[in-house]
Amino acid sequence: MTVIGKPLPRIEDPPLLTGQGRFLADLQVPGMLHMRVVRAPVALGRLGEIDTVDAAAMPGVVAVWTAADIATLPPVDFRMTRIAGLEAYRQPLLARDFVRYVGEPVALVFADGAHAAEDAAEAVFCDIDEMAPRLDPADGPGAFPTTDEPLSGEPATVTKAYGDLDAAFAGAHAVIEVEARVGRHSGVPLETRGALAVPGEGETLVLHGAAKVPHYNRDAIARMLGRDPATIQLSEGHVGGGFGIRGELYPEDVLVCAAALRLGRPVKWVEDRREHLMAANHARDQRYRLRAAVDGDGFLRGLEAEFITDQGAYIRTHGGTVTDLSAAMLPGPYLIPAYRATGHIRLTNKTPAGTYRAPGRFESTFARERLMDAIARRLGHDPLAVRRRNLIPAASMPHDRGIDALGTPLVYDSGDYADLLDRAEAHFDLGGLRAEAAARRAAGEAVGVGVALFVEKSGLGPRDVVHLRVLDDGTVEAVTGVASIGQGVETVLAQIAAEELDLPITGIRVVHGQTARIGYGMGAFASRVTVMAGTAMQIAARTLRDRALAVAAEMLQSPPEALCLGGGTVIRPDSGATVSLAQIAAHAGDGLFSEGVFDADHMNYPYGVHIARVRVDRATCGVTVERYAVAYDVGRAVNPMLVEGQIVGAAAQGIGGALMEEFVYSPDGQPLAASLADYLMPSAAEMPAVEVLIREDAPSPQNPLGVKGAGEGGLTAAGAAIAAAIDDALARPGLVRALPVSPDRLHRWLQADRSRGDVPMRRCAPKTI
Amino acid sequence: MKCAAFDYHRPADTAEMLARLAEHGPEARVLAGGQSLVPAMNFRLLRPAVLLDANALPGLDRVQADGDRLRIGALVRHAAFHLPVADGPLGRLLARTVPYIAHYPIRQRGTFGGSLAHADPAAEWCLIAVLLDAEVEMHSQRGVRSVPADGFFRASFTTDAAPDELLTEVRLPLLGNDWHVGFYEFARRAGDYALAMAGAALQIGRDGRITAARLALGSVAGRPLRLTTLEAGLRGELPGPDLLREVAAGAGALVEVSDDIHASAAYRRDLCGVVLERALRQALQSLPQDAAA
Ligand SMILES: Cc1cc2nc3c(=O)[nH]c(=O)nc-3n(C[C@H](O)[C@H](O)[C@H](O)COP(=O)(O)OP(=O)(O)OC[C@H]3O[C@@H](n4cnc5c(N)ncnc54)[C@H](O)[C@@H]3O)c2cc1C
Repeated sequence: MTVIGKPLPRIEDPPLLTGQGRFLADLQVPGMLHMRVVRAPVALGRLGEIDTVDAAAMPGVVAVWTAADIATLPPVDFRMTRIAGLEAYRQPLLARDFVRYVGEPVALVFADGAHAAEDAAEAVFCDIDEMAPRLDPADGPGAFPTTDEPLSGEPATVTKAYGDLDAAFAGAHAVIEVEARVGRHSGVPLETRGALAVPGEGETLVLHGAAKVPHYNRDAIARMLGRDPATIQLSEGHVGGGFGIRGELYPEDVLVCAAALRLGRPVKWVEDRREHLMAANHARDQRYRLRAAVDGDGFLRGLEAEFITDQGAYIRTHGGTVTDLSAAMLPGPYLIPAYRATGHIRLTNKTPAGTYRAPGRFESTFARERLMDAIARRLGHDPLAVRRRNLIPAASMPHDRGIDALGTPLVYDSGDYADLLDRAEAHFDLGGLRAEAAARRAAGEAVGVGVALFVEKSGLGPRDVVHLRVLDDGTVEAVTGVASIGQGVETVLAQIAAEELDLPITGIRVVHGQTARIGYGMGAFASRVTVMAGTAMQIAARTLRDRALAVAAEMLQSPPEALCLGGGTVIRPDSGATVSLAQIAAHAGDGLFSEGVFDADHMNYPYGVHIARVRVDRATCGVTVERYAVAYDVGRAVNPMLVEGQIVGAAAQGIGGALMEEFVYSPDGQPLAASLADYLMPSAAEMPAVEVLIREDAPSPQNPLGVKGAGEGGLTAAGAAIAAAIDDALARPGLVRALPVSPDRLHRWLQADRSRGDVPMRRCAPKTI
Repeated sequence: MKCAAFDYHRPADTAEMLARLAEHGPEARVLAGGQSLVPAMNFRLLRPAVLLDANALPGLDRVQADGDRLRIGALVRHAAFHLPVADGPLGRLLARTVPYIAHYPIRQRGTFGGSLAHADPAAEWCLIAVLLDAEVEMHSQRGVRSVPADGFFRASFTTDAAPDELLTEVRLPLLGNDWHVGFYEFARRAGDYALAMAGAALQIGRDGRITAARLALGSVAGRPLRLTTLEAGLRGELPGPDLLREVAAGAGALVEVSDDIHASAAYRRDLCGVVLERALRQALQSLPQDAAA
């Protein structure tokens, strides 16, 4: 039976498409209180008295809390990439002594209804002695004010290096430098965050609204509240998008739990969109300076990178993850004999930043691919030729970079980068695209094509576990500790089980995100679920099949090798006798079950190519993406339709980050893109149809399925490809040095060029409209 | 984003509406399509104590020609203009403009009168009203009055209407077939408020010369602006691409433009000329080919 590799429709869709989705906001529990968070109105200031008297007296209000009410609760700790020295910069659950960004939680109102809570929140008055905020991390390390001596605004730097960089630069034919900047944007899931904590019998607690990493969050909440993790249960319902930002542990998640326990009533919090845009993790916002040493043939001899991550006001659960990944993944698909990257983690008075789909890769790919374009220009080569020349050859796989990423050795497990580039070139007719663009340029239009390459990473370990059990009706229930943020986990895992058990995928029920059902789980992030839980599923399913056959052998009086399992029954071919899985389970005394455990200490590395064709309106400086294509080798596509969906959705986010999405701040630190009218995400009208080429030429040798993650690669090179396409359209190589390329920014660059006299003065309006 | 509490009334006729408006004055807001008012209430930027729902008022949802005027009832929805509501250039201009207003579902609810009463500087209908010297009719218990668009729009989100006045009707001139009309705007995404927009109407005489011109810019300052100097410059001229380009190029310099996170003043000033030229070009497209020199 071949179920793996088929574009089967998702088993999770029927409830979602028939209005039966149960998202956090849909949950109602009798006696429920609503929590409203009072947020800091200024970017930096000394926090004085908080007057809650009026608010507490308002109708329906049950309690109003400030930091003083939760003085014993610690700040939210790091889940990943703990770097020494970061601890002092963790975010308190409610602001203490200082407020450090607009939107920082300073007080909580608990009331009988959401309106009443919001009314009362307006009546909480904070006395804040405003201070001048720090908004530009390029100013220098800066300071992080505390009640004692201020701390440095640069708590850590991350350095990754190998090879003899000095020798590389000393012997260079040319040294090429670029600067590149990626703006502040983030994942904006359709469903905002939310949490509902329900106290139960005997000091137990159930937290609904879990996503991404329920087990980790259960343990972290238990630790913070000083309780036994066994008394806390996290439960995931339907989740309307995650993108890395949702499901991390935020102050609000812990606060609803603390409140439910103390007030003895269920407490619900649903984030509104305005809050979301200033409370949930921001991301990106890095600036790079790259220097490359190249020889006369355009071979890279050395690469030195220095960059700054604008971390925002605190360091949240990700610790140094984004900076670490940026430094590790910057080299991408190229052979680079000597390398040094130094990443500065700097604090500013903006919403704290974390990981957002393709963290560190969207940014570093933009910087690196801008550099490759600059090298090509400087040496007078074709941009693709320079790239091809420097690609790591297939013969050098696995390729050990000699550095680490997220604490695992960075070893590209498999890949034939040149082959994928050739295939993408042929499949999308890149030559034709470029010729067509050149012809249109000759006719007066500003049309260009950009190409960018990238390497992704996926399948972060260390472990995942799957429990399979045959239920009374013959359904196979799979319980996993991963989470579903809408990406099709149930279908993909069911396909892997179905393949081994020869069942239709509808005969398999996948349970995820429920800490009460399984003790261990790593969750859904870092494109890890199909790799880790998928492999654990395969192991569990094989074990289950063997057990089923062993029991059936007894029942059917036949050696197990002579039996066939299929369609939910075991058949003895010579006699035609059958027993169903349900009968086997009943016969097996304590039931029919199995466990699959998969461990991995290395990540794996999918790779791809993005191609963009854009049209620039020289007069309005508007950019239209006319075509967008992604070629991606994912090792093995368990469900190609879902892989394609991942790529298309990610490409939309990439295009958003390249052209539109940006959290802009006023000089005094007020967020100016605090609604979806100003934080611009691409809509259907702005999106071209994304063309996708999925390849399975380089299966991962690190898991028996050969799969690599598919969740992020649709995004990774979007900024780079679009930047190159805009340069090409305007025949202005190197023009795009920052994202997003808003019309205003493009206008500014073109004006600056004109006033420098780089290009002949051109009328603003073109000849043809 | 839950609105503050309010009282709600749905008057059955205009008399009752006017009585309630007189009673509550500045405490009250008229609810038309709700597409601007409700979001503002949810953001708590507005917190009227009383909402007076105009949607049950009879007679305000009609578009009708009356002599040389088109009378548009205040409650006529944006979507009504997708098909020309009148023969000739006016219906054409309204139909060309309406797709730029928000998104289709919003156009199903949002009203012509609500747009004018709201007076967003980036509202397309406000620009059209200024371009064509609309008359805006308002009723209150104190009486009825009509104000020309130029006097109606005071500043950003500010009109001449008093708190007790109900906007009932907007009247636009039914342009003769010797008028040629165009509209253009540039926005970052489909449905967004424009960074700049322009409307143009040119009356061309038998001899092919421009006998009258109306030009206006929107979304560039606190209220839509008529470009009377440029209009005067066009009179008596033969329309052609070079002339239009020259005229449009002067637009930015005439305007004190606003800036925001999507458009700096310098950029917006350049956009003024771009959108105006494109609106003018569209206007000329309806000229017989040989007439456009
Ligand atoms: C996402 C989005 C995008 C949008 N984009 C655009 C756009 O590109 N261009 C554009 O022009 N608009 C846009 N709008 C606004 C939309 O066109 C509104 O419909 C319009 O601005 C107001 O009309 P309304 O009937 O909805 O008025 P309401 O929202 O009901 O009222 C608006 C204001 O006018 C007052 N008012 C309404 N009717 C009367 C009356 N008869 N007498 C006295 N006062 C009255 C109300 O009291 C209130 O103060 C957008 C709206 C949304 C939500």
